[in-house]
Amino acid sequence: MGLSAVTVLGVDRPGVIAAVTGALAECGANIQDSTMTLLGGHVAMMLLVSGELDTRELTRHLSQPEVVVTVSAVEARRDFGSPGTGIGYVLTVHGPDRPGIISAVSAVLASVGGNITGMSTRLTGRLYVLIADVDLPAEVDVAGLMRRLAAVGSGLDSEITFRPMEPDLL
Amino acid sequence: MVIAGEGAVREILLAPHPSLSRTAEPVEPADPAVLSAAGDLLATLRKEPSGAGLAAPQIGFSWRIIAFDARRHPRSRSAAGETVLVNPRLTEASRWEDGREGCASIAGLTGDVSRATRIVVEGVLPGSGEFVTIEADAFEARCIQHQLDHLDGLLFLDRVPGVLSLHRRPHSCDA
Repeated sequence: MGLSAVTVLGVDRPGVIAAVTGALAECGANIQDSTMTLLGGHVAMMLLVSGELDTRELTRHLSQPEVVVTVSAVEARRDFGSPGTGIGYVLTVHGPDRPGIISAVSAVLASVGGNITGMSTRLTGRLYVLIADVDLPAEVDVAGLMRRLAAVGSGLDSEITFRPMEPDLL
Repeated sequence: MVIAGEGAVREILLAPHPSLSRTAEPVEPADPAVLSAAGDLLATLRKEPSGAGLAAPQIGFSWRIIAFDARRHPRSRSAAGETVLVNPRLTEASRWEDGREGCASIAGLTGDVSRATRIVVEGVLPGSGEFVTIEADAFEARCIQHQLDHLDGLLFLDRVPGVLSLHRRPHSCDA
């Protein structure tokens, strides 16, 4: 069964999600993973849907006023859902807004093989906040990484905290 | 508690102000400047919409002073009343629970933060220097821990447990 990635971006108003998901249901698309948020008053949604779907037909069905929808066929990941070998951490950055914060911090994480598995940034007034979930390979020198992150944070006039996730596995 | 004289209502500093990221210094409770700052903190707390708690760094004093009053909050159980503590110290903490909190210094964001719901905090009263021990639970415990974090230069943003724990909307129980 084919997989399609659907992105929805547009002016937020009541009923956008209902309209998009209703159109997907009419096309026989089964929603697998999805995420939705508001970005500065715009609705932003990404969905992975399965089914024997025609990309053009699906795009036509999903068309909504003031909403841009894209549909792309994607290949299924064979290792999807398999347990990772990384160790989970949470990164917080907060400080004055300026260009380059995400690139500077993510470059440090990437240099040790760190994988950002989720990220959210918010601008409120002058305050810029970045929260990221990060998987680190087990062999990473975490203390050394934290020193490098602190140095990057200092250069950005920002505070950075990097701490282990504390999942309660039952 | 009574603080002589009327304190001044001060501006509450907003993040990313550097004062909110510094570790605050212990102070002498009988110092007239400390007493004045405690009065200002209380006066500012009384004017703050949530009225639940403030820490001295939020009004520009990098001193270890907090003020809180949990009586008005609907989820309060313990409520020591209007309290100002100098050099407060958390001595016991148990029964951790997640809860959503905001901050007078961070407009428009809230976060889910795990805090102890039963605590014991020690400190001294400004002016008299009387040593006090306060047992707090529920919202009052969360509020006190939030203020103690300010004394260590920490915001609730530094404690959210993951990406999905940061929220855009204000919340009625801003600590």
